[in-house]
Amino acid sequence: MEKRITTPLTLEKVKDLKAGDSVLISGVIYTARDAAHKRLCELAAEGKELPFDVKDSVIYFVGPAPAKGDQVIGSAGPTTSYRMDAYSPTMIALGQRGMIGKGKRSPEVVAAMKAHGAVYFGAIGGAGAYLSRCIKKVEIVAYEDLGAEAVRRLEVEDLPAFVIIDCEGNNLYENGRKEYLESVK
Amino acid sequence: MREINALDVTAAVKRLCMEANSYLPGDVKARICAACENEPWDLARNILGIIKENFEIAEEKYVPACQDTGVACVFLEIGQDVHINGDLNAAIHEGVRQGYDEGCLRKSVVRDPLDRVNTRDNTPAMIYYDIVPGDKLKITVAPKGFGSENMSQIKMLKPSDGIQGVKDFILKVVEEAGPNPCPPIVVGVGIGGTFDKAAYLAKKALMRSTDVRNADPLYADLENEMLEKINALGIGPQGVGGKTTALAVNIEQMATHIAGLPVAVNINCHVTRHQSLEL
Ligand code: SF4
Repeated sequence: MEKRITTPLTLEKVKDLKAGDSVLISGVIYTARDAAHKRLCELAAEGKELPFDVKDSVIYFVGPAPAKGDQVIGSAGPTTSYRMDAYSPTMIALGQRGMIGKGKRSPEVVAAMKAHGAVYFGAIGGAGAYLSRCIKKVEIVAYEDLGAEAVRRLEVEDLPAFVIIDCEGNNLYENGRKEYLESVK
Repeated sequence: MREINALDVTAAVKRLCMEANSYLPGDVKARICAACENEPWDLARNILGIIKENFEIAEEKYVPACQDTGVACVFLEIGQDVHINGDLNAAIHEGVRQGYDEGCLRKSVVRDPLDRVNTRDNTPAMIYYDIVPGDKLKITVAPKGFGSENMSQIKMLKPSDGIQGVKDFILKVVEEAGPNPCPPIVVGVGIGGTFDKAAYLAKKALMRSTDVRNADPLYADLENEMLEKINALGIGPQGVGGKTTALAVNIEQMATHIAGLPVAVNINCHVTRHQSLEL
């Protein structure tokens, strides 16, 4: 069963999500990769305002391909999340509630997620053409000079993802694999 | 001596960059479809279904299957009786520039590994030359994403480590990669040569159809055994658990030094791309 969730992602909604849940995400989310994260965290360190409201936000780790023809956006699947590990704890402390990416996270990120209440979603890596169709509107909000890595505001509809790490630290990569292996014993 | 105009090389590279990013090779698609049928784990099967739908959309709409349209790896097999009129390297880079622009492909190359300024046209290409007999020029373009490239490893084993050492290393690399390289993966392995030749062989192995096994029965058996062992790890599509961790293991081997056993493992994702044509 898929859970439908709509942003902003409040703490209450986060608490309802468990590792292994399939979700469909709708609403406004923001894009950022490592280069943008670096700048966002530098702003925060200087006590300056960030280019979007971080509280209860969801950040999608993606550097989309350029739009082609009548596309709103080009292919737009997740990038590997560990490159954001150095920055995510700061962002979570600032109020970010959700991350969409792929791959493993560091113990520091998981600790921040548990401390503040945040969730890590996996989107399907390599399914960029499919996922781009869930994106209905795109607007660059900062760092246009970074090209594909600029911060974009996306309006998404039913973006498919699954909960990899929930706010209690349960991990689908560990549990899913264990359960599968037990099922074929 | 046969003459080939560098402009024809540019046109070919341009076309191959665009096609390779939208059209997955038939053997890779067939393996994804077969995995969809055979995957017993629910979430894993759903994911494989979306992966299948994804390459169908990419093909139908002629858009890249993945947003990471990679660094353009260009392999040339140049017949020794061919003469190129014009600057061959420049012709290849120009083909990449045009293909990535017109194809709306992402520009993912920085000019220097430390100063990291994007070249904004996805050049330079990574070029590999091979001189072969004859008067033809075969060009293969393989866009390579870095989610999987970053999970690749090389190791200089000792001869005494033998085939068991090779098996253990391949499994270790796949295990450490886990969910990061967008499984289901294709595993390219290079054994022998020198430090750099082993890595080259591993990449070259990824250019071979996943339906063609190594011509040497020893290595063909090793390919089959490693595929089975990798799929017994249970990592599954995207790492959520399941039967389908790898679609294929391709191995290439060559002579090496009496004191060495180099092994390189180059991981590719389910968006394994390569298209070729002959001039
Ligand atoms: S590893 Fe492959 S499928 Fe995954 S994001 Fe990179 S190119 Fe795309």
